[in-house]
Amino acid sequence: MKLEELVKELSLDVRSGSNGLEKEITGGYASDLLSDVMTRSQPGNVWITLQTHPNIVAVASMKDITGVIIVVGREPQEETLNKAIAENVTIMTTPMTTFETVGKIYELLNKKT
Amino acid sequence: MSARSNVPIEGSFQLIGGKFDKAGEASTSLKKKLTEMGLNVEIVRRASIATFEAEINVIIYAAAGWLRYYITDDTLRIVIEDMGPGIENIELAMQEGYSTAPEWARAMGWGAGMGLPNMKKNSDKFKIDSVVGEGTTVEMIINL
Repeated sequence: MKLEELVKELSLDVRSGSNGLEKEITGGYASDLLSDVMTRSQPGNVWITLQTHPNIVAVASMKDITGVIIVVGREPQEETLNKAIAENVTIMTTPMTTFETVGKIYELLNKKT
Repeated sequence: MSARSNVPIEGSFQLIGGKFDKAGEASTSLKKKLTEMGLNVEIVRRASIATFEAEINVIIYAAAGWLRYYITDDTLRIVIEDMGPGIENIELAMQEGYSTAPEWARAMGWGAGMGLPNMKKNSDKFKIDSVVGEGTTVEMIINL
């Protein structure tokens, strides 16, 4: 499934890196602990988190994450968006909780395959 | 590996305590270099994680530090030296889940007690020396 389909299905707000929307999603990982994400996320994953600071861009870029979804309506810091634009990392926001977001993505990805 | 020259490659980065906006710069740059060299993705992945964790530790705990790397035909050696508070009990610090990170670092999603264990897990050889009041030196070797 392409990231842009996910954006449409979940009505996500794309905040940076919209040129990454045609990338394929390999799955997802949900965690707010950055070392955990570094260890267990896979390339091409979407990462669901409530962290909003610039280090999420570094982690996403390092792990070749397809997109970062910031949940519960939290606003990414300005510096985070600047970095994400510079490094071409797609950041999206949603008012949904991690639970709802993950549940929907899980269902969509399993329907597809 | 024949693709690489016999000339050792090395580089270094200065790390400043508290400079979170710079976190990941050293590891991203090293990752790029290793990828360009055509190294196996799994090796690049391990080196990137180990370096990133090391960078974060210096930024959280120390006033400043250096990260140096040396690439030869068969090994990648990464040395991180900091002017930090030092680690009182290394055995405890190496335990997964143990952390002395301040609250602000935990709120950022760091300080889960995974840093040093992650570094060790992702290297083939791991050495840590620390003197309280002077600093910590970590040496990681990854076989190429």
